[in-house]
Amino acid sequence: MTDHAAIAPSEARTLRSYVYDPKIRGIFFQVLTLVIVVGVGWWIFDNTVANLARSGTASGYQFLKGRAGFDIGASLIEYSSDSTYGRAILVGFLNTILVAFFGIITATAIGFIIGIGRLSKNWLIAKLCTVYVEVFRNIPVLLIIFFWYKGVLSSLPQVRDSVKLPLGMVLNNRGLAFPKPVWGDAAWVIPVALLIAVVAAFIVARWAKQRQMRTGQQFHTIWTVTGLIIGLPVLAFLAVGAPLTFDFPIAGRFNLSGGSVIAPEFVALYLALSFYTASFIAETIRAGIRAVAKGQSEAAAALGLQPSTTTRLVIVPQAMRVIIPPLTSQYLNLTKNSSLGIAVGFPELVATGGTTMNQTGQAIEVVSIWLVVYLSISITTSLFMNWFNAKMALVER
Amino acid sequence: MKKTLLSAAIGAAVLGFASAASAATLDTVKSKGFVQCVVNTGLAGFAAPDASGNWSGFDVDYCKAVAAAIFNDATKTKYTPTTSQTRFTALQSGEGDVLFRNTTWTINRDTALGFNFRTVNYYDGQGFMVPKSLNVKSALELSGAAVCVQSGTTTELNLADYFKANKLEYKPVVYEKLPEVNQAYQEGRCDVYTTDQSGLYSLRLSLSNPDEHIILPEIISKEPLGPAVRQGDDQWFDIVSWTHYALVQAEEFGITKANVDDIRKSSTNPDVRRFLGVEKDTKIGTDLGLTNDWAYNIIKAVGNYGEVFERNIGQNTPLKIQRGLNALWTKGGLQYAPPIR
Repeated sequence: MTDHAAIAPSEARTLRSYVYDPKIRGIFFQVLTLVIVVGVGWWIFDNTVANLARSGTASGYQFLKGRAGFDIGASLIEYSSDSTYGRAILVGFLNTILVAFFGIITATAIGFIIGIGRLSKNWLIAKLCTVYVEVFRNIPVLLIIFFWYKGVLSSLPQVRDSVKLPLGMVLNNRGLAFPKPVWGDAAWVIPVALLIAVVAAFIVARWAKQRQMRTGQQFHTIWTVTGLIIGLPVLAFLAVGAPLTFDFPIAGRFNLSGGSVIAPEFVALYLALSFYTASFIAETIRAGIRAVAKGQSEAAAALGLQPSTTTRLVIVPQAMRVIIPPLTSQYLNLTKNSSLGIAVGFPELVATGGTTMNQTGQAIEVVSIWLVVYLSISITTSLFMNWFNAKMALVER
Repeated sequence: MKKTLLSAAIGAAVLGFASAASAATLDTVKSKGFVQCVVNTGLAGFAAPDASGNWSGFDVDYCKAVAAAIFNDATKTKYTPTTSQTRFTALQSGEGDVLFRNTTWTINRDTALGFNFRTVNYYDGQGFMVPKSLNVKSALELSGAAVCVQSGTTTELNLADYFKANKLEYKPVVYEKLPEVNQAYQEGRCDVYTTDQSGLYSLRLSLSNPDEHIILPEIISKEPLGPAVRQGDDQWFDIVSWTHYALVQAEEFGITKANVDDIRKSSTNPDVRRFLGVEKDTKIGTDLGLTNDWAYNIIKAVGNYGEVFERNIGQNTPLKIQRGLNALWTKGGLQYAPPIR
């Protein structure tokens, strides 16, 4: 009888039946949620507009065109106190990218070594790698930055007692100064040669692979490609008469003048981020390799593959599928943690943005720039890693 | 307008949910029972907490003076320690009622940042400190030096301007917090330390070997330091300004913490009687929104301007700062209070 009532037209529906109708209930709660979300959003918006009006601060992004008036210690692009606030923030952004880029490369390299080391059959290596992971994973990254900056780098010799290293390099507590290469007129040939070498290497590798597929003959691809990529630019360099001189760092009255300097602030941040993130990456790598069933390597051995080939062609490709998604998170963490550089005075995005905020009073605008920039960096990294993941994923036939 | 809306929307979550209601600051202060002052995180002589967390210093005494004027109780204060980067946001967002943080009065801060300045409680100027061993006699010899400076200050801007104007090169070494700048200078990360001269004196004390550092003679900027309040509350602005003037006027009258009670009882000078709120039918205090003995309460709590100065940063303190420009106008300085009548 109840079945019949449900199917029958609405004549039997009462208010009570509406209340208990799951569909109507669903709609009601969705509308309620929407109203709350929009309401809270509106309240925040309205409150901010009112507060801004009350505090009498001008809003908008016009201030980015103003003269900054402050100097920045380390910059990848041309910058002086006459540049704009926008450029100051750009300098910070590039410094963030710089430390994140090198940090990611180094962290990945260390992470791979430690991760594989933990799986080693050698007791000492395995235990050392375990200690590494447990130490760096369990210390806040800010302390590791301070450790490098205040513990290690500030105990380097004073500038007047600088240590002279080979190749004209000089080390003191203001950084590592090294000769700056000054390229001559014809130097453009060298990157062109490098480009040609890379393209040629790509073609060779493709040809070798196709030949191996067809005939089973192997080719010394690695050696050929290395030779091409190193050899061709070197040949080009010699051919145009070695257009390279060096600007050596020399001791001035206060500082070294000339040459290029890697500042201790950068090194501290870079090393700390690399070491810290590497401990997480190591665990990710270990998990990935462990996730490949033992039967896979046994099957490869049964087919007659050598252990090194087994690792390269059977184990790693399967492990990568497990490794890449969490690896992406680690890369994002490293990039975001680079904002801690402000603690040691590395002029990254938060530092230059913070100074801009203080000089102009445009707190909301600067914070919004921070948010948008970090969000964009993170999303770009994610997109790239997703693409890479899709490429590495199991192709099912 | 579109940009305004966008930034407002994004920033809302950031600035937090500070109440949109703008009650008079004096009423808010009275109802919560204390004055919240935005101060330095730690600058010896100006504002620094001791081992048990009690704040003292020149700026802190000003905060106490305002509390004494309102509550007749100098202990009704709370402090918001800020870095040079966070001080303005702290005041803008209502985390404090007044900024007493050795802050330079500039037109940009007075207008675009939305603050009001009127009084200068310390006339300062930017200077340089270097180790004696460098054998530097003048700032003009500093070309090529690495200079330690705190970010987000007028100091940072003056430094850039001074070196540019004199065609000197330098390498800025910039930190957000004062202790980091101090440590970097001490460890030889930079050759030169620059900040307001008062700050340099204070800082030299904290070095392990103060005698091995000299402060160069050049003063490269005007740094009038004074209290700031948010725009839009004239009554509160008046209270903070006249607290300073009361301190200066008291020194001019020769009224001190020790003799204020006697003078109040015995003085026949109408100016003094009006100032201390004992003249018949005076309503100076009530016009400010306070009681008529406001100035008496201030002096009773912290003494006059000279006493505040000498107690925290003067000749008998480790800082040993001369009165210089901060002497009364009657003694060749710039400290001058408008008539209190």
